[in-house]
Amino acid sequence: MNALLFYCTLGIYIFATVIYLIYLVKPEQLLGRAAHWVVSAGFIAHLAFTVNRFVEVGHTPITNLHESLSFFSLAVIGIFIIFERKYKMFVLGSFITPLALILLAVSTTFPSAITPLNPALKSKWLAVHTIVAFLGYGAFAISFGASIMYLIQSHFLKSKKLGAMFQRLPSLDTLDDISYRCLTFGFPLLTFAIISGAIWAETAWGTYWSWDPKETWSLITWFVYAALLHGRLTTGWRGRKAAILSIIGFFIMLFTFLGVNLLLSGLHSYK
Amino acid sequence: MTTTNDRGIAQMLWDFFCSLKLSIFLLIGLAITSIIGTVIPQVPVPSEYIQTISPFKLQLYGKLGFFDMYHSWWFILLLYLLTVNLIACSIKRLPRVWKIISEPTLVMDDGFERSLSLTHEIKATGTAPALKDKMAAFLKAEFAEPIVTEVSGEYHLFAQKNPYCRLGVYVVHLSIVIVFIGALIGSFFGYKAYVNIAEGSSVDSVESRSGKIMDLGFSVRCEKFAVSFYDTGAPKEFKSILTILENGKPVPGYENVKVIVNDPLTYKGITFYQSSYGAAGDTLYRFSVRKRTGGQPVPLITHEQDRTPLPDGSFMQIIGIAPEVGSDFPGCSGPGAKLEITRPDGRKEYSIVLLNPACRDFDEKRGGDLIFTFDGKDEKYFTGLQVAKDPGVWVVWLGCSLMVIGICMAFFMSHKRIWIRVGNGRVTLGGTASKNPAGFELVFQELAAKLDSGTK
Repeated sequence: MNALLFYCTLGIYIFATVIYLIYLVKPEQLLGRAAHWVVSAGFIAHLAFTVNRFVEVGHTPITNLHESLSFFSLAVIGIFIIFERKYKMFVLGSFITPLALILLAVSTTFPSAITPLNPALKSKWLAVHTIVAFLGYGAFAISFGASIMYLIQSHFLKSKKLGAMFQRLPSLDTLDDISYRCLTFGFPLLTFAIISGAIWAETAWGTYWSWDPKETWSLITWFVYAALLHGRLTTGWRGRKAAILSIIGFFIMLFTFLGVNLLLSGLHSYK
Repeated sequence: MTTTNDRGIAQMLWDFFCSLKLSIFLLIGLAITSIIGTVIPQVPVPSEYIQTISPFKLQLYGKLGFFDMYHSWWFILLLYLLTVNLIACSIKRLPRVWKIISEPTLVMDDGFERSLSLTHEIKATGTAPALKDKMAAFLKAEFAEPIVTEVSGEYHLFAQKNPYCRLGVYVVHLSIVIVFIGALIGSFFGYKAYVNIAEGSSVDSVESRSGKIMDLGFSVRCEKFAVSFYDTGAPKEFKSILTILENGKPVPGYENVKVIVNDPLTYKGITFYQSSYGAAGDTLYRFSVRKRTGGQPVPLITHEQDRTPLPDGSFMQIIGIAPEVGSDFPGCSGPGAKLEITRPDGRKEYSIVLLNPACRDFDEKRGGDLIFTFDGKDEKYFTGLQVAKDPGVWVVWLGCSLMVIGICMAFFMSHKRIWIRVGNGRVTLGGTASKNPAGFELVFQELAAKLDSGTK
């Protein structure tokens, strides 16, 4: 049942990605709307998989890399669908669905077997901490996608090659707005994730902050996004500069999530 | 002359600390330097690592404080600078923001109207006072209670929502300062320590991480420690049963308290966390021996190193013990022991005994005249507890709560303002919001549409 739902989701995401990529070449309203419904169906299948997995393992299914990559992908798609409904901008999907698809595909390379829960993870904070963190990651991922589009669009503007691609991408202002709006969700969520993590660490390890690599890297991510948000207050950091920093922030966030688990050792190494 | 010079320097310092560029520099600086401590091992530095780096590097890293980076003077300095910077920035900007809240612009004149991106004009019939009352009722019903000002025959209505959310960012800044204060209290008046307590014994002091012996002022006794495993062999739960003793007597309410990971015990501001465990040595093994010809089995209790005399004058000694023998003896998972029996004539025999109940008769198949069985082992553990005293932790939680409130105000709430100017036969609507202009535009257009239909 679970594997079926998983591969169903994977299949629908592949389908959705293909439609969105076709939309990039042939931007017809009907195609965009179809892509939106397909990706929504994929989201429902993915949500069903996650709920089913929750019932099967008996705790929040975000305790190893397989589960957390899948949940990350779910968060990206979920937040993307909200934004797409709000901004009615299907072309964002041409950049976001491939990302979510990659995340879900990569999750299959890690063992999906249900492993018993490490004593340190047996806490009511597991659900709050991980869900909030991944929703924040999802928001940062959308900001990343919008920033990539911003750079492509501004490249077209600079080189004065206003080809077909230029007309398909939204205006620079809209992209900047989406990127910023995502940060205004991602940053609070990241803050809440760090605070809930501190409370959990206090009950589990006896100290709310121990400069463990995961803690430190989440703080580094926080510093970078805080710098970006403050940089926007001075007019110079809108647009291109903000887009570049948002992209850097996303890669730092990815390292916080994956790099720390895979490359650095510490209290958070739940592989 | 000197005073103006001093003032010049003070002004320069003030401007330096009020600058947003400094904030960004410090945030990025903290982000980059923080990486060092996640790449270079921190104290206690493993000796394996020290052997892999050159003596020069070792000395350099030591001088730069890289082995305890997050407590090095320069990192702490960066944190202090950030604190001063955010306090200075807040002090500089707060009065301006407070003025927007406490002295709102009540009148929308022509110049102000032009500065607003959202305006809407309606032709309306009726006298100005009558229209004013109608508009006031409209704003009260649809948005917020307005303040009415009369300027040269025209009426100005002003209504606002969530003005205080403009303070959100300063609440966040304050909360960061409070978290820092909490951390400082913890580092000056608290300590972190680690203690091992063997089952049945107690301690009244612990050794802090800096090597100081800290007197607890009471005793902690480990009554029992238990570890359970999943079928895969991964640990499932570590559990210590602890009792707090004052003057050697158990404290009511603190007897036989269960302490597991994620569920610590706190007494008099000192918290004990389950952290690790180990064998306290001194495991007792129970065997029994009986003659093949019959008779009652004789129980034998022995330590791993003991030479235990048997009733017939032989001696028995454990020469091998394994916690898990399932791979060598299928169906007999569990501990097993190899025994050496030295007979009275000096002859040596070897026996293998297994604890698994299904394999209790394993030694019978050996065919010797003495038959041994493995009856059990009484293992003694010690529990490894993390001990922390942190009087600043409540200050940190206060800061964190404030941070959550401040962030919600700063990011999820918007100061929305609406002005209506009522002249003879003409109503002008204007509005602005501190955040999310696209979202506010929808609110504004809806208001304008309602006003249109209401005045027709």
